[in-house]
Amino acid sequence: MAKFDVRSLPAIWTRELIIFKRYWPGTTFTAVLEPLIFLFAIGLGVGAFVDEIDGMKYVVFVGTGAVATAVLFSSVFPGMYNTFIARVFQKVYDGILSTPTTTAELMVGEATWVAARTAVYGSVPMLATIPFGLTPRWTMLLVPPICFISALGLTFLGQYISGLVKVIDSFSYFQSALLTPLLFVSGTYFPIDGLPAWFGTISNVNPVYHCIELVRDACFGMLSLASLWHVTALVLFAAITGTLSVRVMTKRLIT
Amino acid sequence: MPSSPALSIRHATKRFGEFVAVNDLSLEVMPGTCLGLLGPNGAGKTTLMRMITGQTGLNGGSISVLDFDIATQSRSARSVLGVCPQQDNMDDQQTARENLALWAALCRVPRAQRKTAISRALETAQLTDRANERVTNLSGGMRRRLLLGRAFINSPRLVLLDEPTVGLDPQVRSDLWLIIDGMRRSGVTVVMSTHYIEEAERLADDIAIVNHGQVIARGTPPQLREQYVGLEAVEYFGPTEVLDEIATKASAVGLKSRRAGLSISVLGVENTSAGLLDSWGRLSRRPTNLEDVFVLLTGESLDG
Repeated sequence: MAKFDVRSLPAIWTRELIIFKRYWPGTTFTAVLEPLIFLFAIGLGVGAFVDEIDGMKYVVFVGTGAVATAVLFSSVFPGMYNTFIARVFQKVYDGILSTPTTTAELMVGEATWVAARTAVYGSVPMLATIPFGLTPRWTMLLVPPICFISALGLTFLGQYISGLVKVIDSFSYFQSALLTPLLFVSGTYFPIDGLPAWFGTISNVNPVYHCIELVRDACFGMLSLASLWHVTALVLFAAITGTLSVRVMTKRLIT
Repeated sequence: MPSSPALSIRHATKRFGEFVAVNDLSLEVMPGTCLGLLGPNGAGKTTLMRMITGQTGLNGGSISVLDFDIATQSRSARSVLGVCPQQDNMDDQQTARENLALWAALCRVPRAQRKTAISRALETAQLTDRANERVTNLSGGMRRRLLLGRAFINSPRLVLLDEPTVGLDPQVRSDLWLIIDGMRRSGVTVVMSTHYIEEAERLADDIAIVNHGQVIARGTPPQLREQYVGLEAVEYFGPTEVLDEIATKASAVGLKSRRAGLSISVLGVENTSAGLLDSWGRLSRRPTNLEDVFVLLTGESLDG
């Protein structure tokens, strides 16, 4: 197996940049608008009935949680759909793999691009929450890197899913049975402490939960040694999904 | 001193489950030559092309591209290869120039040389004036030309063309032949799969006829004709019963024949008495061609 060569990555990013330059308004609109809708609809709507959660205004609680919504939507969906379209419909990957690029470099290149983009998109809900009472802190500068590492694992997960399905319609199974539960059992809209204890156990394997916990630690100045566990979990998640993604894509692309 | 082959395939085998796509195939291509891989659909040509780029693994045997072993040095091999795939795999929404820029980056063309490489590829593809057009707006022929230009962007030493003109009209095909001929003349080694006889005859120095994953004949077009079908053929037209009868008579005197619709060609008749051939019916004489060889060797049943 060929060694990983980082010199392949700029070319992959070049392709993504060319596509992004053409489609950024649409991509950005969806990635930014959707979490903001969640922020305003749930944060302000439900916030009219619920004053505070864990000592913070509900809208601030949801605003910081919406960061994870942005991260999930902006990473796992491109990982699934863009990868499937490029591989199955456009056959672009077949072309790329006839150049001195390996499947691992291709997947990592695409995932790092999506993660970098998500680092920006993920920070928007946090910034939008500041006028509603989120106090700016220097530690908030850690939110983009948190979004990056979370998105990296989730993009790999999307790539892995795209390698598992035969038809694009099958994504709906994963969306309903995996991604929606990931979001709702993560503490985005309500604290998971109120749920039965086993939810707490399950949440430890939920990358969205770790992302939200870290984002809130950074936003509320509560970074501690416990935060390191969340970082470790996200790194582990990215390592596992990255391995799975490369494995399944190699199987699909190298016959 | 003889140079080493640009491409060397030794006993390559590829199985997909029970199906053997490439079967103990051996082949060598010398530098600066154009090899035409001629075979019917499903003969194993595309699988072989993918094996050369390392995108399809081998179940047996070995392949070396410009002395790089594909099993252990496939990245190095791909860096000296240019590939024009059978299926268009360009980014539709990018312009011709953007597609080439991307390819230049993927093929590790040094940054300082990319602009020149892109211009040269556009020139090769005769698309300089459409450089900023999105690929989706280009005609089928233009897209094919762009794919050929793209295959040339890293100044490869070996170019793989997988059915480069498949599905195109004769005029476009002829435009593409000029480009491929230009590549060949520039000294690049070309391996081109095709199932168009005329294409192989016009462009290839050397032809390998592939069927059921094996090379069943190899040589220049005149060598293949001489070896398998002789120099001259006669053609008879008529109803099936008459053609059946002629086939039987030809076989009886040791001549090979092949059927094509309402005609039968009796091959290698240059040393056969004209009187005998005339006695079988009204005939027309013609030189044998590569199609005779191809049909004779790849047809399901050999007449005569």
